[in-house]
Amino acid sequence: MLQTNLEHLMNKEELKTAIDSNEMVAVCCGRMGPMCIPVYEVFDIFQEKYPNIKFMDMEFDSPESAVIRSLPECSTFRGLPFTVYYRNGKVVKATSSIQNAKQIKEIIEEVFS
Amino acid sequence: MIHHFDLIIIGAGPAGLAAAIYTSRAAVKTLVIDESSAGGQVKTTHQVANYPGFIEPVSGYQLASNMKKQAEKYGTKFELAAEITDLNLVGDEKWVKADGETYTAKHIIIATGSSPRLLNVPGEKEFKGAGISYCATCDGEFYTGKDIVVVGGGNSAMEESLSLLQFVNSITVIHQFDTLQAEKITADKMIQSPKVNILWSHEPRGFEKNGEKMIVTAENLKTKEMVTIERDGVFIFVGMLPNVGVLKNTTLEFSKYGYIVTNENMETNIEGVYAAGDVRDKKYRQIATAVGDGTVASLEVIRKM
Repeated sequence: MLQTNLEHLMNKEELKTAIDSNEMVAVCCGRMGPMCIPVYEVFDIFQEKYPNIKFMDMEFDSPESAVIRSLPECSTFRGLPFTVYYRNGKVVKATSSIQNAKQIKEIIEEVFS
Repeated sequence: MIHHFDLIIIGAGPAGLAAAIYTSRAAVKTLVIDESSAGGQVKTTHQVANYPGFIEPVSGYQLASNMKKQAEKYGTKFELAAEITDLNLVGDEKWVKADGETYTAKHIIIATGSSPRLLNVPGEKEFKGAGISYCATCDGEFYTGKDIVVVGGGNSAMEESLSLLQFVNSITVIHQFDTLQAEKITADKMIQSPKVNILWSHEPRGFEKNGEKMIVTAENLKTKEMVTIERDGVFIFVGMLPNVGVLKNTTLEFSKYGYIVTNENMETNIEGVYAAGDVRDKKYRQIATAVGDGTVASLEVIRKM
């Protein structure tokens, strides 16, 4: 399991529940590696700054993460983490590899404002 | 809104956190601002085996997290993932503007660290995570059985390449010099591998994509000829750069490589402004040396309060 302060998604059913019951959801799917940890940490800080957005994570190596890995939006991705933003149950943005706080803030303003 | 502190520390890596622990314990009202989360490069280090006090290797994430909690315990305030838009380092009241707030203090410690250098050539940003990577352990398995390019010939480039060799079919190294800068034992392993081919005296000039393949254009630095290489992916490891972007318009003195010049007390050329850790001009950049720098800077601040 990922050692983060975020709520962990364990399977596709939990993801479905999250995106059905929250208008805005951001999921970081990765490992405890150098490209992923900064994104989890920024998500953790942003939980307080953006209380209307549900920030979550999912373990990339779990077979259950196929629900993220097999998204068409992630089909060309070759870098961890895969970060997916959902609004009203639909994918509105997906990024591959590390993103800094400024980039994540820009995405939030772009897709969740 | 304006918030007053005795000390602002810019940067929440080991240098900044060590300084914060000391000053907060000495009742110096301390704020740590960072454009990212706390921990600097340490938080992304898998295992730290050379930091004193831990018999078994400790995860960098845990070490960084503990340092932050220790500073918080003594009263340090944090503003993390905050974008610094302006700052003033001169005079008795220095200030930093971040996320629309203004923070003032008489003393500032700059501990912004360093970050992996980018090549800044066309296509690099566009294909990050979709053909261009910066971490072998993170992304190596996406290239299992594939042919890749590695850019760089220093220690980190070659160590990461040896890790990539477990996955890939072949590596073409693009390196700007005639010899590898990595330690001989590492460089020899790479040179002797039948999976490795090296393009000496070349530098990438751009990246494009053709379907699933990455197209790398590289210049021969001696003949100025351009060559084009088609591979499955590109890994870039070309050293580190000090994080001084926000300080560019200040009167701080920088070394020719862009690091902040200090004396042995971590004082910069501006009164009341100190630099500590990897952003400082020095020979060795380790967690322990960063903590040492932060400690010295904080003791100077405490002494002058």
